[in-house]
Amino acid sequence: MKVLRALVLGTGLLMLTACQRQSALAPAGEEAARVALLSWILFAGAAVIFAVVLVALGFAIAGPERIRRWLRAEAAIRLWGIAFPAVTLAVLLGYGLWLMRETVANPRQPEMRVEVTGEQFWWRVTYDGPAGKPVAEANEIRIPVGVEVEFVLRSADVIHSFWVPSLGGKLDMIPGRTNRMWLKAERPGIYRGQCAEYCGTAHAQMALEIVAMPQPEFDAWLAAADSPPAPAGEAVERGAALFLASGCGACHAVRGTPAAGAIGPDLSRMGGRRFLAAATVPNTTENLARFIVEPAALKPGSLMPPFAILSGEERQAIANYLASLK
Amino acid sequence: MTASDSHAPDEAAGLPSALPRPEGERERLEAVWRSPRGWRVITEVNNTVIGYFYIATAFLFFLLAGILGLLIRLQLAVPGNDFLSPQTYNQIFTMHGTVMMFLFAVPAVEAVGILLLPQMLGARDLPFPRLGAFAFWAYFVGGLVFFCTLFFGTAPDGGWFMYPPLTGERFSPGIGADWWLLGIGFIEISAIAGAIEIIVGVLRTRAPGMTLTKMPIFAWTLLIFAGMIVFAFPAVILATILLELERAFGWPFFIAEKGGDPLLWQHLFWFFGHPEVYIIFLPAAGMVSMIVPTMARVPLVGYRLIVVALIAVGFFSFGLWVHHMFTTGIPARSLGFFSAASMAVAIPSGIQVFAWIATIAAGRLRITVPSLFVIGFLIIFTLGGLTGVMVAMVPFDRQAHDSYFVVAHLHYVLFGGMVFPLFAAIYYWAPAFSRRPLSERLGRWSFGLIFLGFNIAFLPMHVTGLIGMPRRVYTYPAGMGWETLNLVSTLGAFMLAAGILVFLVDVISNIRLTTAEPAGNVWDAGSLEWLPNHAFGTRSIPRIDSREPLWDRPSLVREVEAGAHYLPRTATGGRETIVTSPVEAEPQYVMRLTGPGYAHFAAAVFTAGFFLLLTVKAVVLAGLCGIGAIVAIMRWMWECDQAPVGEIDIGGGVRLPSYASGSMSHSWWAMVVLMLVAAALYLSYLFGYLYLWTVAPQVWPGREQLSALPALLVPMVLLIVSGLLLEASRRLLDGGGGRRGIIAVLLLLGAIALVGALGVDILQHWRAGLRPQTSGYAAMVYANAALQAQIAGAVLLSAGFAAARLATGRVDRIRRVVFDNLALLWAYSLGQAAFGLALTHGFPRLVAT
Repeated sequence: MKVLRALVLGTGLLMLTACQRQSALAPAGEEAARVALLSWILFAGAAVIFAVVLVALGFAIAGPERIRRWLRAEAAIRLWGIAFPAVTLAVLLGYGLWLMRETVANPRQPEMRVEVTGEQFWWRVTYDGPAGKPVAEANEIRIPVGVEVEFVLRSADVIHSFWVPSLGGKLDMIPGRTNRMWLKAERPGIYRGQCAEYCGTAHAQMALEIVAMPQPEFDAWLAAADSPPAPAGEAVERGAALFLASGCGACHAVRGTPAAGAIGPDLSRMGGRRFLAAATVPNTTENLARFIVEPAALKPGSLMPPFAILSGEERQAIANYLASLK
Repeated sequence: MTASDSHAPDEAAGLPSALPRPEGERERLEAVWRSPRGWRVITEVNNTVIGYFYIATAFLFFLLAGILGLLIRLQLAVPGNDFLSPQTYNQIFTMHGTVMMFLFAVPAVEAVGILLLPQMLGARDLPFPRLGAFAFWAYFVGGLVFFCTLFFGTAPDGGWFMYPPLTGERFSPGIGADWWLLGIGFIEISAIAGAIEIIVGVLRTRAPGMTLTKMPIFAWTLLIFAGMIVFAFPAVILATILLELERAFGWPFFIAEKGGDPLLWQHLFWFFGHPEVYIIFLPAAGMVSMIVPTMARVPLVGYRLIVVALIAVGFFSFGLWVHHMFTTGIPARSLGFFSAASMAVAIPSGIQVFAWIATIAAGRLRITVPSLFVIGFLIIFTLGGLTGVMVAMVPFDRQAHDSYFVVAHLHYVLFGGMVFPLFAAIYYWAPAFSRRPLSERLGRWSFGLIFLGFNIAFLPMHVTGLIGMPRRVYTYPAGMGWETLNLVSTLGAFMLAAGILVFLVDVISNIRLTTAEPAGNVWDAGSLEWLPNHAFGTRSIPRIDSREPLWDRPSLVREVEAGAHYLPRTATGGRETIVTSPVEAEPQYVMRLTGPGYAHFAAAVFTAGFFLLLTVKAVVLAGLCGIGAIVAIMRWMWECDQAPVGEIDIGGGVRLPSYASGSMSHSWWAMVVLMLVAAALYLSYLFGYLYLWTVAPQVWPGREQLSALPALLVPMVLLIVSGLLLEASRRLLDGGGGRRGIIAVLLLLGAIALVGALGVDILQHWRAGLRPQTSGYAAMVYANAALQAQIAGAVLLSAGFAAARLATGRVDRIRRVVFDNLALLWAYSLGQAAFGLALTHGFPRLVAT
């Protein structure tokens, strides 16, 4: 038993070193930690039961007569097939229900709220801004460390599922319904998540990142939401003009500019994000320029039309402009 | 072996039929059961031949879907792979799941049932040979066309679970989803046809004396399997009907803005989908329960416990569909209930596992290839069961759900729980049907590769999922820690494929199917299917008084083959079998079976054509096929219900009638099961109706919009008239049936009144301005009409058929099964129609504000 446990934990730890950012076994939040502990208990228990079955099978095939005589009695079936699982399962069920009280059964007054809407194939994010005004963001969610955050989950089109394994379990986003879940990051870090309900062509590339930062930093970041940097420098100014002239504002919004489209992701602080296209490719001006000309090349199934009519220089200018928005 | 060389006269004394049997008796029996030669074999209906076709086709789909699985593994072998485009990948994973579940697993089990059941039960054939053949051909044609859509890039790509709104018209405008809905909906109908055949076969065609408690476990599992199909499949059939109505005509059952709900689909789908898992697993467990006793050479330990366990699984499995929906945000209280139910279902499986272990311990297990596959099954299925308990824990499931952990779990349960037993079964039963058994040497290689390959492929996935990899992704980025695990899985998958390849080599080099001289009882098994086995089953049908008749009465083999038991001949000059009572298996009458024919084949092709052409919107051609199917079915049915020929001496002084009507008739039983199917379909509808009200009461009519009560009057009166006409015709028939013309006219009028009642009702809704496209409520009202019309249409056609039989003197006071069945369906239809009126008019009134 001890050896087995050590073995299971050992392999587990080995795996953990490889994968920190999107793993249910590398918890960084209360809820995830509870489930991770539950997982290890379940694995250890399963290993023991599996061993019992294997040993029984082995003895039944080639064991000494004394044990086989005992195994062949109907009493053995009743003990191992009925009594034992009934007791084990009852205990597990109790434990599971007790855990659920913490997770799902308990609506509470949140300290902070973020609305996330799943769309093909990205995440619309809305914060309650400092002045009570909503602040729009996309695909990268910043939260303060140590604060329980309520995520209000909705869908704009098909069913999606919001899953950031290091912080907690998943919850579906279903058209016509509003689901709520509560997550808390225990330490600063970047936790990756991904859509877990198959939602169409680019389901594989509908990811997101949760950036957990200390409360003061978070507050400062949110407070700055209302004042996007003005375009600085000739290249960036040209990009800003091109952005508007090319009609980007029909789908995208940049706060403080005439661009107020609500179809695609809000780009007000595009330059500050780590990734493009819902955590699909790193946010570099090269990738930005490539995405503008042929979104489907970086992210097949992206619903943004290609802007191949823009010249290379023009794309670069727009990319520079977007990168400057932080 | 002939009669004369086998028996000393004193040994044969006391057996039902005197030996030696008359000259030419056996030859006549053979002639009646001989299969048509050459391409005419497609007209054959005998369970052995259809069973071969069925298994071969199911296995073909296993291979095809397996290749799709390999393509999936190739794509995922490395991160960022562009071997498959996302569009292609999404079609492939959808088809892999759909084909494995609907075109392989369920048909394969039905196939084994159709092949083995009659032999195992001591019957000559199943009770409805043409229905079985129809089910096969419908599946064959429909399945192949469905699969081929993949080659044209028009295969469905919404996942095997087909969740709307992704699969609705707005997000899937192509015909891929229609292929799924019409193609699979239609194949489910074929599965139900097979299930009806199996239920009646198990309950009514067992050998005399084979009481339910002496019935082989495999027959028990098939009985429960078929019963579960009857209650589970209608839910998904209803779901497919609703989604297709939404796609084709814009009836918003699943559109939230209009008072529909995407979750309605999930409830209906999983109400089918979870039992489906046990539908697949139970017969496989039944196979194991047959193989283990033979290989250990002792009777099964815990027979009664196993039967109880099987029934418990069948029952529980309908109460845990919500565990596929733990992450949809349903209330905690329901989560707790379904979590408990999901765990409880593990107990019956525990009983079976330890009963098999007990049986092995009671005897000495011979390590043969079937034994190896059974051991592999025990190991893999146990692991799958343990991870099943894990995902039944709601908090754990919220992490594991829709991740690769579940991919691992479901393959451990389904591949371990169904495919391993199926391979064991093929190795085990091959000698009963092939001149040569399969090779022990190749079999061991095959097992080794499959077992190792399977575990190498799927064990790592448990980890892949928990460290964050979701299912149904066509690619993944590097640096997530998933690369090595995925590569290992891919290697394992190919090793598994190599094992299947070795198996194919074994099959090709050793299987020589025959209905005359199989290798026979090479394992020294104890059940009836190991008697000398022909197209007609056994030469004579023995009375059974134990669960292992071949062990308890070794002389049985010679006696049966010599014709010393019941019905060693053809009594009517056609195919026939003995019908026995459902519990005690006492002989009741001799059923006359239909032989080869074209009509059922044409019916299957036309039915498939109807559904498939409808998919590509070739409405006129589809309509023609529909008419063709109806004509062909009528033609096929015309030859059934043959006239009585007086009493038949089956031997041992037992004289049985050659005809039965009422509840003794096998046909009555089939009709009752069909009505259960219809009732399950309607109950699913009722659930959907009430469910949508709880979700979106705002689209239900207010008081001022309700129809006036007199609207109910005309339909109700017409229903009553219809019922009275039916009753009148019944009395006329009971009273001697002299005025057959009048009865025929009454039947036609009554059926028209029934159809009229429904027509008037829906017309009134339409006149009142209700349009199905406007809301979930309106769509449900019209869906009720559509469901009622289905049954009423069947009543109208059957009434026409019965009228024609009456007019031509084929129905009378004695020969009345056609009338009885019509009356049953009719009465059901009246009840359902009246209930529908009460629901659609009464319920809105009840809840209106």
